[in-house]
Amino acid sequence: MSLTRQDVEKIAHLARLSITVEEMPVYVTSLSSIVDFVDELSRADVGSVLPMAHPLDGQRQRLRPDVVMETDHHEKYQRNAPSVQAGLYVVPRVIE
Amino acid sequence: MLHNLSVGELAELLRLRELSSVELTRHFLARIERLNPALNAVITLTVDGALAAAAAADLRLKDGERGPLLGIPLIHKDIFCTDGVRTSCGSRMLDNFVAPYDATVVARLKAAGAVMLGKANMDEFAMGSSNETSYYGPVKNPWNTAKVPGGSSGGSAAAMAARLAPFTTGTDTGGSIRQPAALTGVTGVKPTYGRVSRYGMIAFASSLDQAGVLARTAADAATVLKAMAGFDPLDSTSVDEPVPDYPAMLDAPLRGLRIGMLREFFDGLEPRNAALIHDALKVYTSLGATTVEVSLPHLPLSVPTYYVVAPAECSSNLSRFDGVRFGYRCDQPKDLADLYKRSRGEGFGPEVKRRIMTGTYVLSAGYFDAYYLKAQKVRRLITDDFRAAFQQVDLVVGPTTPTPAFDIGAKIDDPVTMYLNDIYTIGANLAGLPGLSLPCGFVEGLPMGLQLIGPHFSEGRLLNAAHLYQQATEWHTHAPRGYE
Repeated sequence: MSLTRQDVEKIAHLARLSITVEEMPVYVTSLSSIVDFVDELSRADVGSVLPMAHPLDGQRQRLRPDVVMETDHHEKYQRNAPSVQAGLYVVPRVIE
Repeated sequence: MLHNLSVGELAELLRLRELSSVELTRHFLARIERLNPALNAVITLTVDGALAAAAAADLRLKDGERGPLLGIPLIHKDIFCTDGVRTSCGSRMLDNFVAPYDATVVARLKAAGAVMLGKANMDEFAMGSSNETSYYGPVKNPWNTAKVPGGSSGGSAAAMAARLAPFTTGTDTGGSIRQPAALTGVTGVKPTYGRVSRYGMIAFASSLDQAGVLARTAADAATVLKAMAGFDPLDSTSVDEPVPDYPAMLDAPLRGLRIGMLREFFDGLEPRNAALIHDALKVYTSLGATTVEVSLPHLPLSVPTYYVVAPAECSSNLSRFDGVRFGYRCDQPKDLADLYKRSRGEGFGPEVKRRIMTGTYVLSAGYFDAYYLKAQKVRRLITDDFRAAFQQVDLVVGPTTPTPAFDIGAKIDDPVTMYLNDIYTIGANLAGLPGLSLPCGFVEGLPMGLQLIGPHFSEGRLLNAAHLYQQATEWHTHAPRGYE
């Protein structure tokens, strides 16, 4: 196993995912097999090759005039929210 | 029967007013109601919206308006936001999500007068190659319901094969249009990255995702792609290039076309599958093309490269699902951290969680250089291989998949075996190239796909080459038994 249970617990915490006790062994096994598999990349000779983040090299981010393009849709958007009060999203108390 | 006619033939009947869009829409709605329960390809049916859109199309036709998609029904993959209609992305996380706006693809097809019948099942968040990761259950392959239809656009592909719509939309991040098209015997096109807007298409891996079309024929795909493609200021990576008249390019002669046979695609290929590809190449030589072997030496690294890059991008894209603004929220969260973790832990399925965690790992401190940065460098090597090949040839060909459709349940417990199913399709996504899969024969009664990959923005040439192959062969006309 290239990953331990502690490794997977740490990753799950970083990703803010609850993983149940029953699920944990399956993730340790499958994530280890994936990590072993992608380790194949270590044998690639990349020399001084530049990393490629985007498939169309040289494409620039466009700018647009700084004018209002959108109208207020908050009521429509908040219809999908689990809990809303007075136009605000409601979450468990953060500050006691 | 109406469901066997092409988009072009249906448009002609509508134009001549021998058929109304409402009649056509009712025909497909009835087929979906009768045939879909055995397939699970369609997860939302929009009967009222479809009939209203069809009636509106009939009025436009009556007023003398013409358009190749005016009044033609379609099914959208449930990854595209549809205003006022549930958009689930195949996930419990979005089971209750009603999109508040239309994706650009949806808006463009709506404006062209196409009539949405409903939304197609898919692998959860487009992560899967078998359509088994959907919250709504697996899709069955109409050729054999014990087999997968492929994924992630498995519902779109099965719906096409079963003739539940004249065309469907899909998305392709690592093969998710081409692989299911191959496994269900339909034609699927993944355009050049940036050719079709990603606005309103729920993001998986933003540097790889691209929308496309599944259709019965390359000619139909050309008609639909022309309507879908084009610059969109709402997508920051949309390319501002004019859209060619793809249908007008379909009949250009292939004399002198240089086709590259990808050596790496034939290495270890099962002989019966290889024979079908060689037969297809003979058709091309009879049409005047020449073939030459080409090599992409770094291609064998494409699957591990993809399974670093795609999960990395997915882990950041899917961080938006927090149980606060939309989507699933867990019961009785004890604090904010608990709300995040349990909403995500309960709302996402196992494969999505696996990919988020893989991505989180390769981006985490101490591993970034070894995995993510390394994968980005290999991505360039693979892209450079394609560029070098396109100095010698106009397009490259090979199989779309290593095997025909496999059994439901055969690979779902072994992610790496499942990932290797995408070995022939992933390269085009890493390099941002257009790819097309078209039916080229059968192995044990199951369809196989021929894949064409071309340089950036060569969709017109790929559709042309696919169309002339389909004029010379009849593999694309076969229908599964019970769906003729």
